[in-house]
Amino acid sequence: MDDMSSRKSNALDLHIPAPRARPGDKPDFSGWSFPEPGATPKPDIDESAVEMRDFAYGLIRVLDMEGNALGPWTPHISADDLRRGLKNMLLLRAYDERMHRAQRQGKTSFYMQSLGEEAISIAQAMALAPDDMCFPSYRQQGILIARGYPLVDMMHQIYSNARDPMKGRQLPVMYSSKKDGFFTISGNLATQVPQAVGWAMASAYSNDGRIAAAWLGEGSTAEGDFHAAMTFANVYRAPVIINVVNNQWAISSFQGIAGGENTTFAARAVGYGIPPLRVDGNDFLAVYAATQWAAERARANLGPTMIELFSYRAGPHSTSDDPSRYRPADEARQWPLGDPIERLRDHLVSLGEWSEEQHRAAQEEAIETVRAVGREAEKVGVLGPGAAHTRESMFEDVYKDMPWHLREQRDEQGEA
Amino acid sequence: MASMTMIQALNSALDNMMERDPNVLTFGEDVGYFGGVFKVTEHLQKKYGAKRCFDAPINENGIAGVAIGMAAYGLRPVIEIQFADYMYPAYDQLVSEAARLRYRSAGDFTAPLTVRMPYGGGIRGGQTHSQSPEALFTHVAGLKTVIPSTPYDAKGLLISCIEEDDPVIFMEPKRIYNGPFDGFHDRQVSPWSKHAASEVPEGYYKIPLGKANIVREGEAVTVLAYGTMVHVALAAAEEAGIDAEVIDLRTLVPVDNETIEASISKTGRCVIVHEATRTSGYGAELSAMIQERCFYKLEAPIQRVTGYDTPYPHSLEWEYFPTPPRIIKAMRRVMEA
Ligand SMILES: Cc1ncc(C[n+]2csc(CCOP(=O)(O)OP(=O)(O)O)c2C)c(N)n1
Repeated sequence: MDDMSSRKSNALDLHIPAPRARPGDKPDFSGWSFPEPGATPKPDIDESAVEMRDFAYGLIRVLDMEGNALGPWTPHISADDLRRGLKNMLLLRAYDERMHRAQRQGKTSFYMQSLGEEAISIAQAMALAPDDMCFPSYRQQGILIARGYPLVDMMHQIYSNARDPMKGRQLPVMYSSKKDGFFTISGNLATQVPQAVGWAMASAYSNDGRIAAAWLGEGSTAEGDFHAAMTFANVYRAPVIINVVNNQWAISSFQGIAGGENTTFAARAVGYGIPPLRVDGNDFLAVYAATQWAAERARANLGPTMIELFSYRAGPHSTSDDPSRYRPADEARQWPLGDPIERLRDHLVSLGEWSEEQHRAAQEEAIETVRAVGREAEKVGVLGPGAAHTRESMFEDVYKDMPWHLREQRDEQGEA
Repeated sequence: MASMTMIQALNSALDNMMERDPNVLTFGEDVGYFGGVFKVTEHLQKKYGAKRCFDAPINENGIAGVAIGMAAYGLRPVIEIQFADYMYPAYDQLVSEAARLRYRSAGDFTAPLTVRMPYGGGIRGGQTHSQSPEALFTHVAGLKTVIPSTPYDAKGLLISCIEEDDPVIFMEPKRIYNGPFDGFHDRQVSPWSKHAASEVPEGYYKIPLGKANIVREGEAVTVLAYGTMVHVALAAAEEAGIDAEVIDLRTLVPVDNETIEASISKTGRCVIVHEATRTSGYGAELSAMIQERCFYKLEAPIQRVTGYDTPYPHSLEWEYFPTPPRIIKAMRRVMEA
């Protein structure tokens, strides 16, 4: 005891990071600085990682808050493609909205939306080649939508019904489609990142032209898998894009708990010698341009890029979450970088390529499309007994050929 | 034919497969330039180039994760975990990922990779170079687990593993890498060259997975073993003068139930031997399976001879290791019943 008091003058104190605002507080984003749109230079794709250090601490922005596209990162993208991107974001939002509601109605067990982050999956899928392999996390369903995967099959998966391509084995939202370059999703966070690196290494090994891209949340960057992936990507110069979606929240833990308090997530690339890009994730044009830059770099055999997509998770983590219990209720609406759909809409309007009427019509069309597809999927069945794949199917695909012990268990189950 | 140690036979298997199939590549810690700490991948980098046989960072989780991605692409990676004791960092990738890609994607994606790892004790390796973690894999749906006991089997089985379309855990009994071990640590160990199983064809051949090998025929008692323990069990059978049938399981999952059942039906007695710890070990699975399927043929309770439920002790290694005297005791016990 004596010892303790004599040392008190320099007593240590444990630091537990905490967000600036909790429920009941005014949202406070004063800790962030947002570089001006158009202010960030655009390096050549063969720029060295060392020279790119500052990109880890800046923020690539193209669209200002009035919808103007500014600066060297403004991508060459046709008005048709921009409209396609916007419509896909509207479709994704309508789909998320309906599936979220379907869970509330008891038609499925679980759902996760990407509200507020739609620009990331849609713009990135559009910037990649259709046969590049994506290793997504659970919030990039927009990739499937952008690649034209049938919405009805996505819903069959959500409903775990008899047409669920995953045969009812996966939690809803854990899609897979090899032919669409969409890797089977794992519930174990970050495991897909070294796998993406391995896939990219295999592509390079095979003198293929395809590249890989992985997505994980900022919370998941604390997993060892992320660091393993960064090491391997750097060592073997894998043609891969590692995307960290910083939507600020990992369930109820703010990004400081993952180590974002004194640095950026993009800065993690610096130590690995991987070029970092830090991008306004709600800016469709910036996300598109950064992804295109990284993809060109990978295709030129120059190796990996890490992109931090700075955004805000506007919705709950999942249907099992109520964010009003850990953050100010209106925080999402106060996010200074706005809503990705509205920002692209404003841009197209400012170009004279879109109008309020067209936008409303497109919105209604998206909702109507989802409604019609929803009816079709629900006709096949929603989660529950009777609607699923046959019970024998449970024993399939454990191995390529069913071994004797599984055949026996299947037969025994059938007799029960 | 040539006389080979198990290490040379494994090297020959990799050499054959890399020669035949450009999709086969191998990597792991010290695997490339140096040829692996046990030399299983020696000369392969020189022969096939650094892109097909290379050194990996010391990150088992990364090695496994990267191999899964490669396998999903369409390659057939063979990875080396330097010691089975270091597969724990890779465990999540093997169990949650490799084992389940086929199932969770309903056959859309598969992971045909082979995970090689030297396992087991008897080399003065202490706690972290001696473990036998096979039960951690046999418990996992979607993985196959294979353990050879001779150079001939090692090569034929490894080739089968590399050609398998499912992920396989291939555990190498390092105690018998250079010559069979009869369990008497104070006796001179004979080199593989003195044994018929070291006669290994230079070319390609396969030993099918899921097929056990009756290495000693007998009528009195069935002894089930794999890896190093096959040799210890054979020594025990000789010393005991009991007409024991010794079965080398070779594949633990899927196990060859037919050969086991036929033998137990004949002998009515069973001793199971493994060097892994006893509780919830693979012997428990074998014992339960035999109870379920051969109960009315059994003349005596099944006996297990295993490592003890302690971490692997360095200086007391030979007290820990299942030895012929312990096996003989178990055989006598089942014979008396
Ligand atoms: C290995 C592992 N640990 C914990 C979880 C439980 N879990 C699921 S999502 C999640 C939060 C992830 O946050 P983040 O990576 O930021 O992604 P976001 O949900 O924000 O998109 C947690 C802890 C898990 N699925 N896997």
